Amino acid sequence: MYSFDYHQATSLDDAAQKLAADDEASLLAGGQTLIPTLKQRLAMPTTLVDISRIDALNFIRLEGDVLVIGAATCHATVATSQTCHDALPALASLANHIGDPAVRHRGTLGGSIANNDPSADYPAAALALGATIVTTQREIPADDFFTGLFETALEPGEILKEVRFPLPVRAAYSKFPNPASRYAMVGVFIAQTSAGPKVGVTGAGQEGVFRWRELEDALAQNWSTDALKGLSLAGDTMIADLHGDGDYRAHLVTVMAKRTLEAMG
Amino acid sequence: MPKITMTVNGQERSADIEARTLLSSFLREDLGLTGTHVGCDTSQCGACVVHIDGQAVKSCATLAVQNEGRDITTIEGLANPDGTLHPMQTAFHENHGLQCGFCTPGMIMTATDLIKRHKTSGTPLDEKTVRAELEGNLCRCTGYQNIVKAILAASTEMSA
Repeated sequence: MYSFDYHQATSLDDAAQKLAADDEASLLAGGQTLIPTLKQRLAMPTTLVDISRIDALNFIRLEGDVLVIGAATCHATVATSQTCHDALPALASLANHIGDPAVRHRGTLGGSIANNDPSADYPAAALALGATIVTTQREIPADDFFTGLFETALEPGEILKEVRFPLPVRAAYSKFPNPASRYAMVGVFIAQTSAGPKVGVTGAGQEGVFRWRELEDALAQNWSTDALKGLSLAGDTMIADLHGDGDYRAHLVTVMAKRTLEAMG
Repeated sequence: MPKITMTVNGQERSADIEARTLLSSFLREDLGLTGTHVGCDTSQCGACVVHIDGQAVKSCATLAVQNEGRDITTIEGLANPDGTLHPMQTAFHENHGLQCGFCTPGMIMTATDLIKRHKTSGTPLDEKTVRAELEGNLCRCTGYQNIVKAILAASTEMSA
């Protein structure tokens, strides 16, 4: 690791001030992506502003028919939250299958959303549930938030505060984990929402997480696995690596979408 | 350099360290607690698992400075002060849950954490669950058979 200063933020204002004062400062939450990145010297922040102990970012609560989760809430907390289990079990289950138990004790919702790794799980849920990402400056619909590989709509100095998940009629998530890294080779989150069916796909797209709108339209006509008949994604728009080529991933998306629909009954 | 104070195996420990010091390096190099192993150094293998405020965490993916005031338990802190082994250590011994032993500290710290969590939630521990819970701990010798046996045996002992 390159050398850096460390600041443990006591409040959001404190963190925002530190970020504003230094263009090269970086936020640290659970660190499960950032610290390995620093170890490989792929990043060189001057200061790490640690927001993991800010109480205002650590909560899970139900506000009417919206589940609101603080950005620094770790995966294990979401996975074991009774509130989340009762209101949105698909999200609790998703959180319970990120990484491994030790990683889930540190990794956070906000970190996963803000990093927008093309194989991260939470972004698929955010898209399919029509979540709203709330920052220190504004509210951003998930559809406008994820802008590309590791890219989001977040501006410098903007801090992700919470994610608001409108409760669906029903929802489910299935992923095919890479046998070695356990990252999603493909993950498909499907939700039946008040605005119709929504499908979020992670792990597959070259531009990162995306909505599979053709399947959404087909499900709106016919809510069954038959909706998948005749649908396919273009292999040349999918991630291709040593674990699988584009055509393999395109096919895997349809397989995981089918499994997700079957899980929803 | 920042000064850090934390409780390690029941004792308060302080040091001036660079902010970039990993918790695993702090434990091994500053405190001499070399029971915490660093295998892959990429958060995959789990040999470096310790407990932070009672939760299993990979110490190679955590900065020491993030743990100001926290309570850390390493493999050295598991046995009783009189030397009698923790039930999990005894179970690994009796079930021969190791060959080379490199992964063992991490396995044991992960195992005690998972038993505590399942006890709290009231969900029964079976072989399938134990194997799933060991997802972040790699053993290149044993094929996991005796490790799983040891954890299930200790689970019975610790719940008694």
